[in-house]
Amino acid sequence: MPYSKEVLLDLLERMLLIRRFEERAGQQYGLGKIGGFCHLYIGQEAVCVGALSALRPDDYALSGYREHGHALARGTEPGRVMAELFGKATGTTKGKGGSMHIFDAERRFMGGYGIVGGQIPLGAGFALATKYQGGDQVTLCFFGDAAVNQGVFHEVLNMAQLWKLPVIFICENNKYGMGTDVARAAAVPEVYKRSSSYNMHGERVDGMDVLAVRAACDRLVHRARTEMQPALLEAATYRFRGHSMADPATYRTKEELAEFRGKDPIAQLKAQLVADDSITEEDYKKLEQKIKKIVDEAVKFADESPAADLAERFTDVYFGEPPLAPPELDPALLEEAH
Amino acid sequence: MPVMTYREALNAALHEEFAHDERVLILGEEVALYQGAFKVTQGLLQKFGDRRVIDTPISEAGFVGMAIGAAMLGLRPIAEVMTFNFSILALDQMVNNAAKMYSMSGGQLHVPMVLRGPGGAAHQLASQHSQALEQQYAHIPGLKVVMPATPADAKGLLKSAIRDESPVVFIEGEALYPTKGEVPEGEYLIEIGKADLKRQGKDVTLICWSRMALVTLEAAALLEQEGIDAEVVDLRTVRPVDQEAILQSVRKTNRAVVVEEAWPWASVGGSIVDLIQREAFDDLDAPVLRINGIDAPMPYAKNLEHAMLPTPRSIAAAAKKVLYR
Repeated sequence: MPYSKEVLLDLLERMLLIRRFEERAGQQYGLGKIGGFCHLYIGQEAVCVGALSALRPDDYALSGYREHGHALARGTEPGRVMAELFGKATGTTKGKGGSMHIFDAERRFMGGYGIVGGQIPLGAGFALATKYQGGDQVTLCFFGDAAVNQGVFHEVLNMAQLWKLPVIFICENNKYGMGTDVARAAAVPEVYKRSSSYNMHGERVDGMDVLAVRAACDRLVHRARTEMQPALLEAATYRFRGHSMADPATYRTKEELAEFRGKDPIAQLKAQLVADDSITEEDYKKLEQKIKKIVDEAVKFADESPAADLAERFTDVYFGEPPLAPPELDPALLEEAH
Repeated sequence: MPVMTYREALNAALHEEFAHDERVLILGEEVALYQGAFKVTQGLLQKFGDRRVIDTPISEAGFVGMAIGAAMLGLRPIAEVMTFNFSILALDQMVNNAAKMYSMSGGQLHVPMVLRGPGGAAHQLASQHSQALEQQYAHIPGLKVVMPATPADAKGLLKSAIRDESPVVFIEGEALYPTKGEVPEGEYLIEIGKADLKRQGKDVTLICWSRMALVTLEAAALLEQEGIDAEVVDLRTVRPVDQEAILQSVRKTNRAVVVEEAWPWASVGGSIVDLIQREAFDDLDAPVLRINGIDAPMPYAKNLEHAMLPTPRSIAAAAKKVLYR
């Protein structure tokens, strides 16, 4: 086995944290503590955990709007992510971004983006900048299977290969763009093949197998770092929940869901670790308890945090400039007076 | 002070800023080897090399988005669109990524980039190539929108735009490239958001920007022949707008005409009239009038094209109307 026990346990722990965090987020959504759209990552944990574990701390990553997991995998405090979902002042963006726009620039997680495929040029732009600056950082640019039908995906793959940019495009193919099966949206449903249009290396990996994802990313990241070669990696995965909290996912069969639940990335890695005596069932229980405590604390932190500050409406519009002047008839002040 | 064309003034600003700051680079169609579709980037490739002067494929959303990404990591990219008609293809990137980044990231990331290129009608380019689209950008918080009318303003404002910490949409007048004027040499910066009084007057305020500033100055000359002393306020920036300059002039003349190349509905000019009626209602002696491009797509034929846009005579007629003359 190429990876040490420590690495394997770390992967298991990160996947489990995302799973339990997302389950709790879904529950809190049901309680009305989270508003708007909320896209859970449950089932896909192996992709972001495997891929991001192949990075150095100074590498860059960004994703679409199903990105709570990417931030957590990058090390963002679960409490700050949960507080953001709750719209609290202590959230990752002070309540401005919400579920779809988690940012942690310090950890070089450069955001979640809400327009399908809209983040793809940004990722290539990061790679352009690091190469321009003479650095050897690599960018991982995540998106879903629906994003590959956007024009900008093709524009950017073309330029990334033309200019040899150190960026890995990671398509998390969870089989559905919202409720539309990939086969109903793509003339070539094998996403990785699209790289061949641009002479770019493309490959598919089992996105339910964290070690397979890690191994593929180790290889592709090394290649990008040392040879300035981009790549398209398709991770075949599955979301166990609907597209968003509003989606009961009636467009897919119970059998299909059961099939993929049988490939649960966490259960797979756990089984492997138990089988080779790396951990015992008792160890796993302890890990579950540890994660439960972290998630409990995240919810508590979010619950107890102050609401987003009304003054934030006027800040962060123009960098380095004073906040906007509030309008004469400020709805917040009028409501308060009432 | 040397006299140069608007195009040469922009070119000088680019050369100076490339030399001034290693983080400045330009991406766009035909900007390098071809020396720019309108020759604004002439000589940059030879002087600064293909690392900093990058020819792109015709992929506006892609390369504008890449410029935004590069700016997020600390570079100061300029994305050139061959004309602003094509910038619409990248509107998602500008509106959803560039404009919102600083706010959406809770202040963690910002986007010091410039989107520049020519806008407005030129010479018989027909509907898809003859549009004044500044309102598309001026509507969006997080963006700044600069539209210089003269070579000196073009230079001073482009240098400031490149140094600005926010995304700046810099719309050059396509028909202005060959126009000439005096341009200060070397370090010459104009503050973004400051209007310029292109002509002092006491009878009526004419508010304009970009190429319309030149047409409005011609209108003022016509009015002078009739004994009317018009003040011409060139906004130079349409977001943020220099509200104080507008109000100060209107408070002096008590009458105003807003001159705009763009279509009349839902445009920058409408917002300026709103500002005047809110802040200077008691100072007005007549309703504010607007002169716009005719509310239809631009036709090709020369006589039709000419008759679609504000002219010195139509502007002068509006000025006389608010003077009840």
